[in-house]
Amino acid sequence: MFLLGAALLHAGATDLYLRYVKAGLQPLLLASGAVLIAAALATAWYERKRNKAAKATAHAGHAHPEPRISWLLVLPLLSLILIAPPALGSYSALRTGTALQQPYGYGRLPAGDPVPLSVVDYASRAAYDHGRSLHGRPVRVTGFLALDHSGAPYLVRMALNCCAADAQPVKIALTGKLPPVLQPDAWLEVTGSYTPKLTHDPVNNGPIPYLKVTSAKPVPTPHDPYDETWNN
Amino acid sequence: MAITEDAPRGAAERDPAHPSGERPGREGQEGDRRLSSPLILTMTLLLAVLAQSPIRGALGTPLMQSWMTVFVAVTVQALPFLVLGVLLSAALAVFVPPSFFARALPSRPALAVPVAGLAGAVLPGCECASVPVAGALVRRGVTPAAALAFLLSAPAINPIVLTATAVAFPRNPEMVLARFLASLLVACAMGWLWQRLGRTDWLRPPAHGAHEGATKGEAFWNSVRHDTVHAGGFLVLGAMAAATLKAATPATWLRTAADNPAFSVLALAVLAVLLSICSEADAFVAASLTQFSLTAKLVFLVVGPMIDLKLFAMQAGTFGRTFALRFAPATFALAVVGAVVTGTVLL
Repeated sequence: MFLLGAALLHAGATDLYLRYVKAGLQPLLLASGAVLIAAALATAWYERKRNKAAKATAHAGHAHPEPRISWLLVLPLLSLILIAPPALGSYSALRTGTALQQPYGYGRLPAGDPVPLSVVDYASRAAYDHGRSLHGRPVRVTGFLALDHSGAPYLVRMALNCCAADAQPVKIALTGKLPPVLQPDAWLEVTGSYTPKLTHDPVNNGPIPYLKVTSAKPVPTPHDPYDETWNN
Repeated sequence: MAITEDAPRGAAERDPAHPSGERPGREGQEGDRRLSSPLILTMTLLLAVLAQSPIRGALGTPLMQSWMTVFVAVTVQALPFLVLGVLLSAALAVFVPPSFFARALPSRPALAVPVAGLAGAVLPGCECASVPVAGALVRRGVTPAAALAFLLSAPAINPIVLTATAVAFPRNPEMVLARFLASLLVACAMGWLWQRLGRTDWLRPPAHGAHEGATKGEAFWNSVRHDTVHAGGFLVLGAMAAATLKAATPATWLRTAADNPAFSVLALAVLAVLLSICSEADAFVAASLTQFSLTAKLVFLVVGPMIDLKLFAMQAGTFGRTFALRFAPATFALAVVGAVVTGTVLL
């Protein structure tokens, strides 16, 4: 239990937790880790007191045993501290349909040339606004690569509401000038322009807009691999 | 607890011979066997550290990786809420006198049920928090029917969850009202049903050791520790089931299910049970199931917080297996019916 609290604290204090849950949960994680540690220490403290008392009275009124089921708690502990599974990648992205939804409206494009946009932002502007609010300007989008069974490349970002269990992908299909070797799960920063071509996700028939790529360069995995701006 | 340093990564290499602590252990803890459970834990950790690279290799396949990620995510996400609920239930069990509940709730059980159901609205958490709290309520002498109504309504109708629903369904504000009404209706119906048909011997109140002779502080921490390791174990079990479903079953069959209205309602109800999503997040998932009708989505939102794999495991741990086996199917059926009725009237 102490270890569990410490592991939670560790995950909360580093950026590890961003692989699994949304950023807003960090204070809760830290608080619960602290509570678990406090509970462990309190247990040890009272146990010691009781042992002293038991020696004095030669009567050990011992606590009820813990259930066997609690041993299962060791499993997430092990996987968290030893393996630290990575954030969801192309495998889950291809199994789930794109979660793109029509937005209320389109904000003004951020400054810069090419315009830095999120995957969700570009996809909704391209799919529901026919790229009008892009004004023909080049855009720059960051996401990870996923290749479907026919080898067609998609740029994906997982959108997340609470934890990785409810993460849903938003996909952009890539066309144009692509790097010769495409590695699934590799993070790419893609520069390109709008193209009216649109396809549909075979999983849930959601719209997947295309992006005409002019250049692409590999980037390290971002600080927070999920997109949390969505729906919040 | 035996281990006294804060260094999770190197934890396994530590000296196991601190007999003072009590691990969440196996059955017996007298004499020499008290040493055994910390020892076993340390050995397991040590082995895992040594065998790290083969384990990594085995877990390297994408299927296992996404399984692990979802599994850890569900656990990590639910633990803070579990701890919150455990703290609250321990405080209820230790610091609030039983007479308080006798005064706060109407003495007629039939009236106490809707009051307790509405009281669920003030607990701002998800379903993992409400199970230990309901367990503490039963232990404090609250009518089981009322405690169960609270258990079912609390995760579905609290302000956080309703706000999330409003955000997820911007075009259908009536969804919030429908969710509130349907959840409250089902919770009260379950409470009354229990009052009519329920038998106390189905309900195994948690075998808490007597607290006599213990100080309040000791009783409080004992309760916290006991509930955490107990409910936590079942939470892990549920998380494993949910991760298996998420990682291993295809999403394509949903499309075929969406075509038939009756079948789509059932499909989403089963999906809600299997996915075990936190009630604060399920509205967003429901909103993304675009092929389904609003009523089917409402079923998803009403069933999910009341009964799912994770909750079933936790209820079995808190109230006993006999209880959970009867309670879960009844809840499921009533929740589906209640949501469909509300859906046809309101949506």
